[in-house]
Amino acid sequence: MKILVPIKRVIDAYVTIRVKADQTGVENANVKMSVNPFCEIAVEEAIRLKEAGKATEVIVVSAGNAATQESLRAALAMGADRAILIETDQELQPLAIAKLLKAVAEKEQAGLVILGKQSIDGDHNQTGQMLAGLLGWGQATFASSLTLENDRATVTREIDGGLETLSLKLPAIITADLRLNEPRYASLPNIMKAKQKPLDRLNPDALGVDVTPRYKTLRVSEPPPRKPGVKVESAAALVEKLRGEAKII
Amino acid sequence: MRILVIAEHDNKSLKSCSLPVVTAASELGGEIDMLIAGHNAADAAAQAAKISGVKRILHCDAPLYERGLAENLAQLVASLSADYSHILAPASFFGKNVTPRIAALLDRQQISDITAIHDAKSFTRPIYAGNAFETVEISETPVILTVRPTAFDATPEQAESAAITALPPAEDTDLSAFVSRALTKSDRPDLANAAIVISGGRGLGSGENFKDLLEPLADSLGAAIGASRAAVDAGYVPNDYQVGQTGKIVAPNLYIAVGISGAVQHLAGMKDSKIIVAINKDEDAPIFQIADYGLVGDLFQLLPELRAALDNSA
Ligand SMILES: Cc1cc2nc3c(=O)[nH]c(=O)nc-3n(C[C@H](O)[C@H](O)[C@H](O)COP(=O)(O)OP(=O)(O)OC[C@H]3O[C@@H](n4cnc5c(N)ncnc54)[C@H](O)[C@@H]3O)c2cc1C
Repeated sequence: MKILVPIKRVIDAYVTIRVKADQTGVENANVKMSVNPFCEIAVEEAIRLKEAGKATEVIVVSAGNAATQESLRAALAMGADRAILIETDQELQPLAIAKLLKAVAEKEQAGLVILGKQSIDGDHNQTGQMLAGLLGWGQATFASSLTLENDRATVTREIDGGLETLSLKLPAIITADLRLNEPRYASLPNIMKAKQKPLDRLNPDALGVDVTPRYKTLRVSEPPPRKPGVKVESAAALVEKLRGEAKII
Repeated sequence: MRILVIAEHDNKSLKSCSLPVVTAASELGGEIDMLIAGHNAADAAAQAAKISGVKRILHCDAPLYERGLAENLAQLVASLSADYSHILAPASFFGKNVTPRIAALLDRQQISDITAIHDAKSFTRPIYAGNAFETVEISETPVILTVRPTAFDATPEQAESAAITALPPAEDTDLSAFVSRALTKSDRPDLANAAIVISGGRGLGSGENFKDLLEPLADSLGAAIGASRAAVDAGYVPNDYQVGQTGKIVAPNLYIAVGISGAVQHLAGMKDSKIIVAINKDEDAPIFQIADYGLVGDLFQLLPELRAALDNSA
């Protein structure tokens, strides 16, 4: 069984985000880019399944500009077998990404697709669910554990009040939450080896997918500021403030 | 214009996050229908019928909807969609799971987690863990939205109940099956709507310290307990306590962060709280930048003192 792992290149989680003065977006020139942390977890899970003999091949795929191949190489260095770059400079919204991924999943005849539950830039939390809908496959989002057996996937997922376990027919879509696993670091020899692994290039036209944006971004703005606070000297002083000044308890 | 709100419920009762979604729907202007898809969910439907502004309850009752599985629910909503200009659900784990699937079935681009409505086509939503907000405009119908519950008030009850219409179920997709659910039991208020939340971080050091130091304080304050990711990952408390970009979003009247450094991913889940208190031994911890009241010191000394001070002045 082939596992397809879509990944996204995003501004690194620890970079301080600054809104551009002209309100067209956030500063992204010369900032550190990384594989979206949830996507790394998805890659790790797929590699572990292959190591456990449950999968034959791990294919990573990403849609984005030419620099996106760096992120694909990073996933290859973790242990994925080959990569596909769907190269485009267009702005890609989640539905368009899901359509591109559907085309690749069908082309590759993937038996399982594992994605991150959300990307930390747009925070949409949509792509996996959309892909599942487009393919007509079952979905288990926000997964914190996954086992494959007898053509079914058993998935424990994080929900509002705790945890839920589902059993899915394969092929299926899984989206990874933080506690599914801890991704490995790529070793230097594996980083070197990754440079030789196959990386195919496609584009939206070749896949027959119209990626025209559906919504227009009118502006991007700073969050409303909070008024500066004060330090208090003791627990008793805090209680007094909360009772007297804030009248909150 | 007709608007469909997908209710979150557990068959017995409506989840409170459904109420702000009705408020958001009212801001759009139009007749509001609410869908209760469940099994033996008559009580939830009756409760929904009392929400102010709801015109009609669509009650679809069948075993395949008992657990709210995304595949079947999305199929049902897609089959109803032709009547509606907007379809809304809460941006809770439930809504996040099912709504994008509906959007895909309808070939629509969802707008997630909206915090403001400007008109029927334009909305504001947080991006980059709430470090920026984008205002977007979309010109397709139906518009598929998930609504951040803390950004809108809860709708009150109305005197007269809305009409309840029974709907036949859609086909069973048979793609996934429910196995089990392990819900965290607690007598404390629900984290998502508590007036006061007290959260612990890595600084607490252990699950026992949560129990011995935070729980008594939560009890004297009538507060819900939350946590940072670090505290959840370390196994001090269950996953559903996590507040943040990728956990729960809360906006209580009072949020007390104890032994939490204040990473952007944590702030994303609580910085809309009315009053924020931070207790941390590191006076440069970023949490102090957004705290209304900061208390610098060792939590192991300060928490018992805080409890005593609360009891004294009560
Ligand atoms: C993709 C992604 C998603 C994430 N999502 C979330 C999320 O949803 N929610 C979330 O919370 N985090 C999230 N994180 C993690 C986040 O970046 C931080 O790592 C996490 O919030 C840190 O938790 P903490 O503040 O408890 O721990 P730390 O950063 O280790 O801080 C512990 C604090 O406790 C203080 N302390 C220690 N001992 C004492 C004492 N005795 N008395 C007083 N103070 C003391 C220290 O001074 C320190 O400030 C995410 C990260 C990533 C990459």
